[in-house]
Amino acid sequence: MMQTSKRHAAFYWIGFSVVMALLVAAPLVLPEFWRRFLTEVLIWGLLAMSSDLLIGYVGMVSFGHSVFFGLGAYGVAAALLTVRPPNLWLAVLYGLAFSAAAGLFVAYFSTRLRDIYFAITTLIFSQIFYVVVFTWTDVTGGENGLTFSRPQLGIPGVYTQPFTTETLHWFVLAMVAGSYLVLRRITQSPFGMVLQSIRENEARTRAIGYPVGRYKIVAVMLSGVFAGLAGVLYAIQKQFADPTLLYFLTSGEVVIFNVMGGIGTLVGPIVGAGFFLGMREAFGRLLGEQFPYLIPVGVIFILMVIFLPQGLLGFARRWLNR
Amino acid sequence: MPSSISTWGSSVVETVWSFLSGLPWDVIAIQTINGIVTGMILALVASGLTLIFGIMDVVNFAHGELFMLGAYIGVVVLAASGNFWVALVVAVLTVALIGAALQIATLRPLVGRDPLTTILATFGISLVLQNYALWHFGPVARKIQEPFTGQFALFYLQYPWYRLLIALLSAIIIGGLWAFLKYGTYGIWIRATTQDRVMAQAMGIPVPWVHTMVFAIGAGMAAASGVLFGPLVGVSHTMGLDWVLKAFIVVVVGGMGNLGGSIAAAIFISLLEAYASIFVSPAQAVIVSFVALILTLLFRPTGLFVPTPK
Repeated sequence: MMQTSKRHAAFYWIGFSVVMALLVAAPLVLPEFWRRFLTEVLIWGLLAMSSDLLIGYVGMVSFGHSVFFGLGAYGVAAALLTVRPPNLWLAVLYGLAFSAAAGLFVAYFSTRLRDIYFAITTLIFSQIFYVVVFTWTDVTGGENGLTFSRPQLGIPGVYTQPFTTETLHWFVLAMVAGSYLVLRRITQSPFGMVLQSIRENEARTRAIGYPVGRYKIVAVMLSGVFAGLAGVLYAIQKQFADPTLLYFLTSGEVVIFNVMGGIGTLVGPIVGAGFFLGMREAFGRLLGEQFPYLIPVGVIFILMVIFLPQGLLGFARRWLNR
Repeated sequence: MPSSISTWGSSVVETVWSFLSGLPWDVIAIQTINGIVTGMILALVASGLTLIFGIMDVVNFAHGELFMLGAYIGVVVLAASGNFWVALVVAVLTVALIGAALQIATLRPLVGRDPLTTILATFGISLVLQNYALWHFGPVARKIQEPFTGQFALFYLQYPWYRLLIALLSAIIIGGLWAFLKYGTYGIWIRATTQDRVMAQAMGIPVPWVHTMVFAIGAGMAAASGVLFGPLVGVSHTMGLDWVLKAFIVVVVGGMGNLGGSIAAAIFISLLEAYASIFVSPAQAVIVSFVALILTLLFRPTGLFVPTPK
């Protein structure tokens, strides 16, 4: 027993290091377009991974992650447009605070409901925030959103340098890998065990004496904060924030990433994001930019829901969670 | 003394009177009618949604797209035939058939799985249909010509008769559905399946086909509302999104799977939004219905218009 778990840990960390090494080296060999593409996959993957904490481990399908994502991006905008000189870390902090506040608000109301009702409620919350951001033109810039320039990387006053495509990739990679390790630790902690027991049998978990409602609120908030981090990274990469980030179709895409990659694996959603965005590129080139890629991708998604409900990494689910 | 009381009383009456007469009553009356008209359309969309949910445990994300598809088929048939009523009937029948086909192809394999997977499948359908409409019909909104353009004077407005007709037709369709569920043989099959799927099957009711039929009926109702509503707004590939969200709010506020509750909630929500849009822009008036939803979730999560659960 001891032997196998040690061997598993060794294999796991070797695998982790190999993948990390590949991702670190990638921008040095890839052309400019694919460098940006890979960074984008990592950012969307982080968003999907945050949502996997709810879908895969607590069994709550959220259609509201666009709220946390979008508010994370608007938090960056707020910090970069109001505070002089612009500071990267303050922007990150603002983004996380915005999304955490939204997380608390959404969690407080939506966790009263379960299953489908939870999904619909979070969907409606994403629409609420979308309408607020869309119509509050004075503050949010309305439909046009806000644009800002990227802050410098480093510690202000000590050492700074402007972002390049490579350093941006490494910065994003560090954040995403860190988030993965933290989320993995959370799912393996006693807290995470309670979350998984809620997924397996909510009534029994409550009967044992765990305050299920409070656990769910904390889970939604945690998930929201990581989604907010993805929004922060997205804002830093794209240098704008607009209301479509909060639109519920964004949440829907996040759920698609999860299902394609495999829920309950944490890395699966990143693979799913890569698969989805890769298909978008492929169909865009095969069928022409005019043809909406979501038609074939939607069909593939429906087929995967029916025939491959575990997703691409579903086969490795037990191994990844050990 | 009595005189001072009476002056006090009369001053209260006067304040109330001046407040009431200060309100824009003509605007309120117009908005009431508007609210009821939109409410009836919304009830038509939501009752299809709630019927499908109540019977199959399927949250039909593609409902808005069936609404949109109905409107587009209405546009095409109207252009070909020139008759609004032919367009309405053809759109309803076509979308009902499409709905049946979609149900057989995508939802039937999911029977017995977690109800959440049906959300995913119907979300996929909605993406495909919406993008298909964008690709086939283009991003420019189309227009359906209303069947007649008569108007009547309502305060300072010339109010189109057509809007009242929409409300009436919606009421007739919903009434027809109700009568069908209550008295029709197949309606009784549907209700039996809702109450106990296994027992219904044991009694010889073909449950899978009941599901297909219900989905087709719901799809047809969505298409009918799409065609009826087409003349009021343009027909575009995104028109379903707003409606499905509103219908979801209605279904939650009215109590999931409860037909009467959904209809009441549809009118309630539409009236709220209509009154709110007197004071703020229509885009912000939507927030009122969100607030209604949040309050419902806080105080009566099972729905506003259902009896208190024991």
